[in-house]
Amino acid sequence: MNLLSLYVDRSRLEIRALLRDKRSITFSMFLPIFLLLIFGSVFGHQEIGQSGVKFSQYFVAGMLASGLLYSAFQQLAIMIPEERSNGTLKRLVGSPMPKSVYFVGKFACSLFIYVFQAIFLLGIGHLAFGITMPRSVNLWFVFVWVSFLGLVVSTLLGVAFSTLAKDGRAASALATPVVLFFQFTSGVYLIYTQLPRWMQTIAALFPLKWMAQAMRGVFLPAAFAANEAGGSYEFTKAAIVLGIWTVVGALLCAFTFRWLPKDAD
Amino acid sequence: MENVVDVKGLTRRYGDFCAVDGLDLVVTQGECLAVLGPNGAGKTTTIEILEGYRYRDAGDVHVLGMDPATADRRWRARLGIVLQSASDLGDLTVRESIQHFARFYSHPRGTSEVLDITGLADKSDARNSSLSGGQRRRLDVALGIVGRPELLFLDEPTTGFDPEARQVFWQLIHRLKSEGTTIVLTTHYLEEADALADRVVVIARGRKVADTTPALLGRRTSDDVRVSWWEGNERHDELTRTPTALIASLAQRLGGEIPHLEVSRPTLEQAYLELLDGGGRT
Repeated sequence: MNLLSLYVDRSRLEIRALLRDKRSITFSMFLPIFLLLIFGSVFGHQEIGQSGVKFSQYFVAGMLASGLLYSAFQQLAIMIPEERSNGTLKRLVGSPMPKSVYFVGKFACSLFIYVFQAIFLLGIGHLAFGITMPRSVNLWFVFVWVSFLGLVVSTLLGVAFSTLAKDGRAASALATPVVLFFQFTSGVYLIYTQLPRWMQTIAALFPLKWMAQAMRGVFLPAAFAANEAGGSYEFTKAAIVLGIWTVVGALLCAFTFRWLPKDAD
Repeated sequence: MENVVDVKGLTRRYGDFCAVDGLDLVVTQGECLAVLGPNGAGKTTTIEILEGYRYRDAGDVHVLGMDPATADRRWRARLGIVLQSASDLGDLTVRESIQHFARFYSHPRGTSEVLDITGLADKSDARNSSLSGGQRRRLDVALGIVGRPELLFLDEPTTGFDPEARQVFWQLIHRLKSEGTTIVLTTHYLEEADALADRVVVIARGRKVADTTPALLGRRTSDDVRVSWWEGNERHDELTRTPTALIASLAQRLGGEIPHLEVSRPTLEQAYLELLDGGGRT
């Protein structure tokens, strides 16, 4: 049994199960697309200040960053407690499966959801609201690394967060407000620079603010950078912050992840 | 030959509660051992320590020659585990689940063989979430045996089954036994132990109160026989060592046929309850 083929097999199985789960499809795959349709229809044509940038363009960048949270953090923070309480993890850890297979499967599933969201957000955004695509190959490259690094961070934090709840229902109540809080404070639903300073300061400690800002750097005109908090899209700083959170997330996972429910060992 | 399971002085506490209290246990090659006991007796804790899920506070434990607390994946590949309750894999089909778990082993059984053994061939393309309780348990067994385990653990496999589903399940276990699989089974059904096990260990309050064959477990009780009959519109019951004499005298008194006559030996159930009573006394 070659490890790579186990990764592929597990990933396919996870995606197949995902596509049969109506709740995951609604909440993880289609939610950002619904949100774009609603926010785009209501506020889409409003211009942000005198910048010449429409809110729908700003919002798509924020939704792509949010998509990184929906597809990995929120999905895993809810799914893993459910799998811990329904016996999935217990069965797997009692089998000779190499443990990494489970996490690779989860990451692949999150990647699948994110790619699906990105294609629909950009496609529908372009057709319905005239969203413009990145202006250069360089910016597409930034889009890819921000997406990848963001998804890694989001996956690790989702796995770490999964330890807090005892089942899927409790997890939903814990993870959903966290995602909403960061969306409101990180420049997804509201313009970041118009938020109170303390809110900006808190958000700047966490990954979503940097993912959203980097996504704006990819999808908004270069001139709009003057409107950002730092007067620039700060790609390097975003990479450093996401890098730090990758290490923090990996350490949290390594020290807190449990295969069995609490008190079952 | 080395024992498949060899346990000495196994102890596990949860706070002040001693769930397993100095238990000794041996299972030999090809044997089917039933671990019997009421809820909370320490059956699942014991089994899950043997499976490597739970830690222990004291005792020597060897399963397939290794300590489960430090065993590796190669050891896991020699083991089959059927957990007490599982509702996972709901969005997959029976076949998909078996095929997936087969990949974790180097010489798995074929999917059609597993479907055939477990009687799930008709259900192979059904979603797991649509299976009945009995079918679901058979799927759990299917995933437990797909890797050709040398040792199979079954934790209360038929709890909540109707009598027919239990019969079907027992046939499945008989088949695995006949193939030489060593089986450790926990149950709180005596008739299950009687139907399946070569040997029965009874646990109460974390201690072993009997280690015998199902037949001998039944014979442990006193020689009293229960005779019951109807007389004067009420039921009478009498325990006696001389039932034949009692019936003869009844026949005489009641003038021939004795209404609703019943004569019964103490059942395995009564023997078991007596044992638990003894084990409970401290």
